[in-house]
Amino acid sequence: MGLLDKQFTDDNIVIAKVEDLLNWARLSSLWQMGFGLACCAIEMMATSASHYDFDRFGVIPRPSPRQSDVIIVSGTVTLKMAIRIKRLYEQMPDPKYVISMGSCSNCGGPYWEHGYHVLKGVDRIIPVDVYVPGCPPRPEALLEGLLKLQEKIRNESLVKKSA
Amino acid sequence: MKTTEEIFNLLKEKFGDSIIELKTDIPIEQFIVVNPLEIDKICNFLISDNDLAFDSLMNLSGVDDANGEKKTDESGNTQTTGGTLSVFYHLESTSLRHKLVLKASTSIENPEVSSVAEIWRVADWHEREAYDLLGIKFLNHPDLRRILMPYDWEAGHPLRKDYKNPEYYQGMKVPY
Repeated sequence: MGLLDKQFTDDNIVIAKVEDLLNWARLSSLWQMGFGLACCAIEMMATSASHYDFDRFGVIPRPSPRQSDVIIVSGTVTLKMAIRIKRLYEQMPDPKYVISMGSCSNCGGPYWEHGYHVLKGVDRIIPVDVYVPGCPPRPEALLEGLLKLQEKIRNESLVKKSA
Repeated sequence: MKTTEEIFNLLKEKFGDSIIELKTDIPIEQFIVVNPLEIDKICNFLISDNDLAFDSLMNLSGVDDANGEKKTDESGNTQTTGGTLSVFYHLESTSLRHKLVLKASTSIENPEVSSVAEIWRVADWHEREAYDLLGIKFLNHPDLRRILMPYDWEAGHPLRKDYKNPEYYQGMKVPY
């Protein structure tokens, strides 16, 4: 359900619900927090670069959590870093979203048993909207994760957050 | 250019009992076992002597030798007592093109090794790592703090064989 699928009743006029309009605006400019943790961050940067072009979905990295809508946790979350991630997440303004990218961030990945320093899943400290599996996930997988997040935002209500 | 054996004889002549033995019957590079409390003086000689000139410390690493006495009680719990921790030094002379491996072993109860951070500055962080992960205390180190684990990590040194990971760290569950 794209906004422009609605009928044009007159030149340059689109009929839409306020909810749809705002959701469309929000999901079309998801500003990402500019930070990466491990090898997943390399794939994330590749997704941002010209070939996969994250920007066509309105995703651009922001250097401050206060200007970001989404945080992509791309890589191994060590216990030392977990505290920082939680703080960065809390500094982001609502509404905010979290994409957990890669096996490490989803569940600890290869460090699940002997990783004395690794948090076994970033969802132990912050709520995750979309999990992207892979080690590391290819850019296509991250794009799919973003589309899933957009789908989630598209169905949100102004009155009550559905998620 | 000198072989490990030649360097061993040279060191033995100068430092006597501080040079413990030369290990040759091993599938890896030969190495010289030295006294951990004299390692700084030995290294000072190795870098400053014109015929040795070991100007580069390629690597410094700590090891838990896992050679303690194992005892199993009635309930099946294994306890280890004693044993050693070791520090390996991989040296290279970039001008004379020869290499040397040193080993310094110290007891696990009171692991103390003299620091070489003042001789090769690179040893500073290497020694902090060995301290962080194995708890080897480097005497006269300029800044012996944890380098990898969080500064407030209280569970001990993770690469020790008898290490137990904590259930929680700052309210976060640690095991899977």
